[in-house]
Amino acid sequence: MKKIIPIAKVRGYATNKTIRLSDKTIEKSQLASIFFLDVGNMALFIARIFRETFSRNFEFKEFLRQCYEIGNKSLPLIAVTGAIMGVVLTIQSRPALASFGAVTMLPGMVAVSIVREIGPVITALICAGKVGSGMGAELGSMKVSEQIDAMEVSATSPFKFLVVTRVLAATLMLPILVIFADGFGIFGSWIGVNIKGDVNLVLFTSQAFGSIDFMDFIPALVKSYFFGAVIGIVGCYKGYNAGKGTESVGKAANSAVVLASLMVIIVDLIAVQITDMLA
Amino acid sequence: MKKGEPDTIVNDSVGNSSQEPMINIENLNVAFGPLQVLKGLSLKLYKEENLVVLGKSGSGKSVLIKCIVQLLKPDSGTIEVLGSNVGSLNRKELGELRKKIGFLFQSGALYDSMTVRENLEFPLVRIRRKMSKKEVDDKIKEALENVGLADALNKMPSELSGGMRKRISLARTLVVDPLIMLYDEPTTGLDPVTSDEISELINLVQKKYKTSSIIITHDIECARNTANRILMLHDGEVHTEGTIENFEKSNDSLIKSFFK
Repeated sequence: MKKIIPIAKVRGYATNKTIRLSDKTIEKSQLASIFFLDVGNMALFIARIFRETFSRNFEFKEFLRQCYEIGNKSLPLIAVTGAIMGVVLTIQSRPALASFGAVTMLPGMVAVSIVREIGPVITALICAGKVGSGMGAELGSMKVSEQIDAMEVSATSPFKFLVVTRVLAATLMLPILVIFADGFGIFGSWIGVNIKGDVNLVLFTSQAFGSIDFMDFIPALVKSYFFGAVIGIVGCYKGYNAGKGTESVGKAANSAVVLASLMVIIVDLIAVQITDMLA
Repeated sequence: MKKGEPDTIVNDSVGNSSQEPMINIENLNVAFGPLQVLKGLSLKLYKEENLVVLGKSGSGKSVLIKCIVQLLKPDSGTIEVLGSNVGSLNRKELGELRKKIGFLFQSGALYDSMTVRENLEFPLVRIRRKMSKKEVDDKIKEALENVGLADALNKMPSELSGGMRKRISLARTLVVDPLIMLYDEPTTGLDPVTSDEISELINLVQKKYKTSSIIITHDIECARNTANRILMLHDGEVHTEGTIENFEKSNDSLIKSFFK
């Protein structure tokens, strides 16, 4: 069906010209406007985080609690996943290296892969799932049950208490989790090597760490801060702006995971380009 | 009376019109898209009175009190609270004004990750930053005793019944000594006995804390027990205003459907 939309004014001059737009075009333009509105709102959300972080009366106690929630409670999952990734990577890489007679390079190669890329990205994706969805669901349900409104009307700042603390805690804790993931990944790799061989742990670690230099470690650590910030911002944004009803809590949690994961990959792509340029 | 105009009970003895109102709302309009929820609504709340706002679901009662604390922004009209035009206040000034207003949410809105004590502490330590720990403890104890739940201090909201949640929520608003109380459906979802207890509590708060209150409800028993004055909303407009006696004697079909 075609709709006739009058062009009411063009540069201040009234005109009686009309244009024809299909329903599909109108629908697409509405989707585009929703997208740009969302981007604009998120930009304002990020600006508010900066403003409120440096304003008075920082919620330090809540910040520490969130650090504990994000860091301590994610550690077992990160440790298990890191170790398994180390084992898998070692087992998968061994035949290829063996065909070149370069099995001795296995610890170094796996360590560089884990420290530069696999450790930060896998940790960030796990946290996007665990922490991002948790933030989206928790803030979403607080919004639906009017708890955020209750904070607002009691003359306290729910944004400072709920959002700023969570975003900062995620930003600070993710690099720490990445270091643990790297450590467990290298340990897993040692287990992987020992499945078909017998290598001493000290020898393995000295070979692994001997292959890693400063420029492998620092860019990975720096991008981990950005991963943490992205996960915190997206999780809180989706939860804080959840709609009404229980359905929106699920939607907030789901979209927090999807968008945070996508953003982690995009940030990683940008970080790799910047590291490559600097190298 | 013109055809289609609502039956209005005008009673000059209602409210103390010689006083400066605590809340003065003039010509308030609120719309959500094409749906006009409030249509030019005006009301006054006087010092230490309980004003009950009655109306069917969807008549704009909750929207009205959410506009007073600026949880919702009206499309037009003025809202003056304690002499300040809330629409023209900046964030800081609005925060200062909100410290003087208590808001009891329909669901209670207790922070479910915190204990009862932490719920009460939350506004208190942030609004009164200079209070000592002992003063905070005493204030929390006093507020809980006033709502009859002194022993619930260390319980989580999930361990409380519906009535207890409402009482704790009321205690949370009382710890900061509000001048104005806004109750959003205080008895909804409660059994008749607990509803009566909550109504008594509303009267107790009025006497003890000298509060002026707007009570949003469609519970006639609650209105009977608490109202100094009643205002009935219908389709976003003030349909009728008067005392409980005026309403009980009215022949208006809408009022009768509530008071039958």
